[in-house]
Amino acid sequence: MHETYVHGLEWTVKELFTYPNEFIYWTIQIVMYPYLTGLVAGAFVLSSLYHVFGQKDLEDIAKFALVFSFALLLGAPMPLMLHLQHPERNFHVLVTPHFTSAISAFGIVFSFYTAVVATEIWFVYRKFFVEQVNELKNKEGLGNAIKRNIYRVLTLGAYDISPEALHKDEKVSKFLAGFGIPVACFLHGYAGFIFGSVKANALWMTPLMPVIFIMSAIVSGIALCLLTYIVIMEWQKMKIHRHARRHWHMTEEEVKGAEIDLVRKATKYLIGFMIAAITLELLDLIFRGYTAVKSWDILRSVIYGKDFRNIFILQYGIGNLLPFIMLLIPGVNLKRTVIALILVLFGVFMMRWNVVIGGQAFSLTFAGYMEYHMPLIPHNLETAKEGLVGALTVMILPFIFFYFFNKIIPSLRYK
Amino acid sequence: MRFTRREFLITAVKGAIVTALPMSAFKLLTPDEAMAAVKKTRVRWGFLVDTRKCVGCGFCVKACKLENEVPYDTPVTRTWVERYVILKDGKMLADTPMGARDGFTDQKVQEKVVNPKDIAKAFFVPKLCNHCERPPCVQVCPVGATYQTADGAVLVDRSWCIGCGYCIMACPYGARFFHPVYRTAEKCTFCYHRITKGLKTACVQACPFGARQIGNLKDPNDPVTITVLTKRVSVLKDEYGTKPQVYYLGLDENVR
Repeated sequence: MHETYVHGLEWTVKELFTYPNEFIYWTIQIVMYPYLTGLVAGAFVLSSLYHVFGQKDLEDIAKFALVFSFALLLGAPMPLMLHLQHPERNFHVLVTPHFTSAISAFGIVFSFYTAVVATEIWFVYRKFFVEQVNELKNKEGLGNAIKRNIYRVLTLGAYDISPEALHKDEKVSKFLAGFGIPVACFLHGYAGFIFGSVKANALWMTPLMPVIFIMSAIVSGIALCLLTYIVIMEWQKMKIHRHARRHWHMTEEEVKGAEIDLVRKATKYLIGFMIAAITLELLDLIFRGYTAVKSWDILRSVIYGKDFRNIFILQYGIGNLLPFIMLLIPGVNLKRTVIALILVLFGVFMMRWNVVIGGQAFSLTFAGYMEYHMPLIPHNLETAKEGLVGALTVMILPFIFFYFFNKIIPSLRYK
Repeated sequence: MRFTRREFLITAVKGAIVTALPMSAFKLLTPDEAMAAVKKTRVRWGFLVDTRKCVGCGFCVKACKLENEVPYDTPVTRTWVERYVILKDGKMLADTPMGARDGFTDQKVQEKVVNPKDIAKAFFVPKLCNHCERPPCVQVCPVGATYQTADGAVLVDRSWCIGCGYCIMACPYGARFFHPVYRTAEKCTFCYHRITKGLKTACVQACPFGARQIGNLKDPNDPVTITVLTKRVSVLKDEYGTKPQVYYLGLDENVR
């Protein structure tokens, strides 16, 4: 007989009456997946705020958010790959999509959205590519030759940078930024639909799920973009400060660090979307309590009992209320904003956790419970993939992507 | 002949429309529909469980695990038996140790020793896949690896399942799990390899008390059909709209 492995047995603790086949089948990677796609959608919406709605004060962060969104996007399939029991068969979703399933849309929605973002980036950066090709023409060395060829490929043969052509570029990128918003919302809303449409799961099944997911997605996307932006800008400031003696001609004032004005402006949007997200979540909770259908008894015992700490203290308290107050009290400075942003990101993560893991905290019998003990130190492939190690890998990957993208398409301007 | 790009495009679009229009006259059939249309089956497999006859020996579970090669010492199982103990104060206790593979040998229920005097009623309920008429597991499979046959059985293609677990999440009955060896979605097949050859399912054959029966619901003379039509039967969790095809006699409101 082959080696046997009961998926879920290692990290599930069962209590009272549960069916024999019930385990926590959807683990940390399924928490990471909507978290990541949420960040993608949020980052894209932030960049579109500038491109479409002409929020000029968001100009600096818009380009960064766009490129960062692309990096996050390429990291989004990773948690799914780590989750699948047969990742080598992932292409089945593309070759035989079964369209009654929400997951089957993944291949199509994902590739379509990737195409939209890539095209927008191309139009935004086309002028830059052409300039680089011309600039590197006269420079010697293998590195420059390689770089020039990369840019030559990236121009796709379109070298026209006359004002008319650039105006066209701008128009197209503006259209794509606008068009991308519903697509981004669809990408993430459908992630919410994956959960909301599972009628067997009493906690997941609500038509509000996709909307709640989109709102919290935008919250997390804005928060992560702002946070990364501040960190990179402060780091640049520090670097220049350290080298100031050698490069005497560069001063700290020349570096436009994380501008507090921009941060304040973006924070306003953040707060707005936070209010929308929390309102919807509370509406859902109140509605469940009021209608009190068959599943309410077990849901109540999970929400107000077993998961009270996760939901009300970690998610709503530390993840929502605290940063909300911190951002609303007058005289916001950078340090307070950074702390608030980290808490917001944590709050959205806990929301995903409480949906995915919380939805499996009770048995289909409505008479028993299950608890997920996330594997911290892996001792086999499964506990590595579906434990802390896998989650961290998934979280770090987009930043590595972004590092390399930024080498070719610099999205941060240091004025 | 000069053929401009413009002309080429116009011709291409025209050509596409001309070929697409007659195609749209045909209804697109899903593989299942095509199969059903060709085969016009006279069989709809159904199952009957008489809970009043079940003594919780677990022979059905044993037989199933051996017949279908579900690793014997794992807790996952295609069929299982639940024990319900309702106390005089109305409290319900229930368990299914190892899916009742070895029967119920311990008097403890949910780790509690129950005084027989406190028991109002107690009974056993065998469970298996309900082979629903409207199976949510088939609906959510992203690659079509799980499907419903023309004669009603819900099966899994082990060579095509990607192991996402969506079907496991979608089943309200907890009938699905990952196979400990193949790592694909696994479930009761009504012993499809046996019933299509005229044999009984392993669990039906193993039950010493006749608590389990398999039959053809489209055959009016089948004993299962007769019971389903003439007796007061019920199904599990009909509120999910899945139209389960495992019918129960003597079900209690406490059964989950």
